[in-house]
Amino acid sequence: MSWQPSASIENIKARAEMLSGIRRFFAERQVLEIETPLVCESTVTDPYIESLRLESRDYLQTSPEYAMKRLLAAGVGDCYQICKAFREDESGLRHNPEFTLLEWYRVGFTLDDLMADVADLVGLFLPANGVRKLSYQAVFEQALGFDPLTVSLEDVRAFAQKHINLEMPDGSIDDWLNALMSHVIEPTLGSDHPVFIYQYPPSQAALAKLTENTKGQSVAARFELYYQGIELANGFDELTDQFTQANRFAQDNQERSARGQQNIPIDQDFLACLPNLPDCSGVALGLDRLLMLSTESTSIKDVLAFPQKT
Amino acid sequence: MGSYSTNELRSGLKVMLDGEPCSILENEFVKPGKGQAFNRVKLRNLFTGRVWERTFKSGEKLDGADVMDQDMEYLYTDGEFWFFMDPQSFEQVQADKAAVGDTAKWLKEQEAYEVTLFNGAPISITPPNFIELEITETDPGLKGDTAQGGSKPATLSTGAVVRVPLFIDQGEVIRIDTRTAEYVSRAKG
Repeated sequence: MSWQPSASIENIKARAEMLSGIRRFFAERQVLEIETPLVCESTVTDPYIESLRLESRDYLQTSPEYAMKRLLAAGVGDCYQICKAFREDESGLRHNPEFTLLEWYRVGFTLDDLMADVADLVGLFLPANGVRKLSYQAVFEQALGFDPLTVSLEDVRAFAQKHINLEMPDGSIDDWLNALMSHVIEPTLGSDHPVFIYQYPPSQAALAKLTENTKGQSVAARFELYYQGIELANGFDELTDQFTQANRFAQDNQERSARGQQNIPIDQDFLACLPNLPDCSGVALGLDRLLMLSTESTSIKDVLAFPQKT
Repeated sequence: MGSYSTNELRSGLKVMLDGEPCSILENEFVKPGKGQAFNRVKLRNLFTGRVWERTFKSGEKLDGADVMDQDMEYLYTDGEFWFFMDPQSFEQVQADKAAVGDTAKWLKEQEAYEVTLFNGAPISITPPNFIELEITETDPGLKGDTAQGGSKPATLSTGAVVRVPLFIDQGEVIRIDTRTAEYVSRAKG
């Protein structure tokens, strides 16, 4: 019967327990719970994320990142938020267009410090003890035998088409790397322990600082957490440079134009706060997926009371 | 026929791929943390029955295929074609060997079959799950052997050969599961 919830009552209770566990975790660490609006005048420029738009022309947030950084710049200190986020057309076994995010920021934390924080938090809900860390470069070299930081477009396409039946005439190096990541590498990640993948190609930096790896190659100070083939969290050593950030937004909008997508009005309040943003690391973690993993569910629909009908 | 975006591809939907009609079996949305999202799609090629696995960039479009499943009655074969009739309109279609395929061995006159039509022409024939057919040839039945043990080959009126229990006789009508080509029981009545 269609009026009934998609999740079991047991899983609905497990969600409540998880939420109170998370709030306890942050209370013990003196991280402040905050709230920011879901309805926003601006939104993410990332060409691969589409926002839902209201008739008022406002957007539903795809993540609370910009607003939370404005609070950080205003001096709120370590903070976290549990909120709904929305992404158009993302629907599947691990995606629902409306989902629950846990996002938190730690002032003065390095990316390593933050990974330890994340490991402690997910350790409360996942059976695994201990985590592994692998660079993006190492994981590609181990799984596929090539260096993702130096590979050419022709080579990465050839590698990908060996494994994936995909035509993508306009595909960039990153598109092909993403295809390999999602089809070949992801399913194998974190079968025993949660695994952090870190140091992404600089072209996939999003809102992370650039840094150098031990070989002197430019990499993005960013990580993702995987467990049992599922991507759980995405963390940045947060970019605080206003001009670099403005350039990345402009590049995103150029790419949007080239792909025939709408340009996004730049969030000027966010850009303006950046000179005051303290050095910090931040992470967004998908709580529906964490709940899926802790309840051993195979579909996100098993943990959502009323997922979007398909 | 219209076209469908990758996020509209539901199981059972019929689309054209490489010029051939296909039926969607599975559609999995995958997206790495950032960057391009993909749909990993499993489709059955309706000409060959083979399962294809393809990945599309999310948002790509596929043309719909003019494919219909229709219940039709089998009439007869002239050796080259097999003729089926729509019991409502009495309209007839002829299916060639490629369309009939293995179903030829389950074709019984006046029985209803699911005929898959592509642009109005049959491309595959699906038999009912269970069908009753007469045994035209088998070794004589062993009286009393109704419990367990042993089976023997039996040729059916359609030419199909199935294994039957030893107590079954020539001339009997038996019920067959066409999906497994296995004997189920004696026909009732």
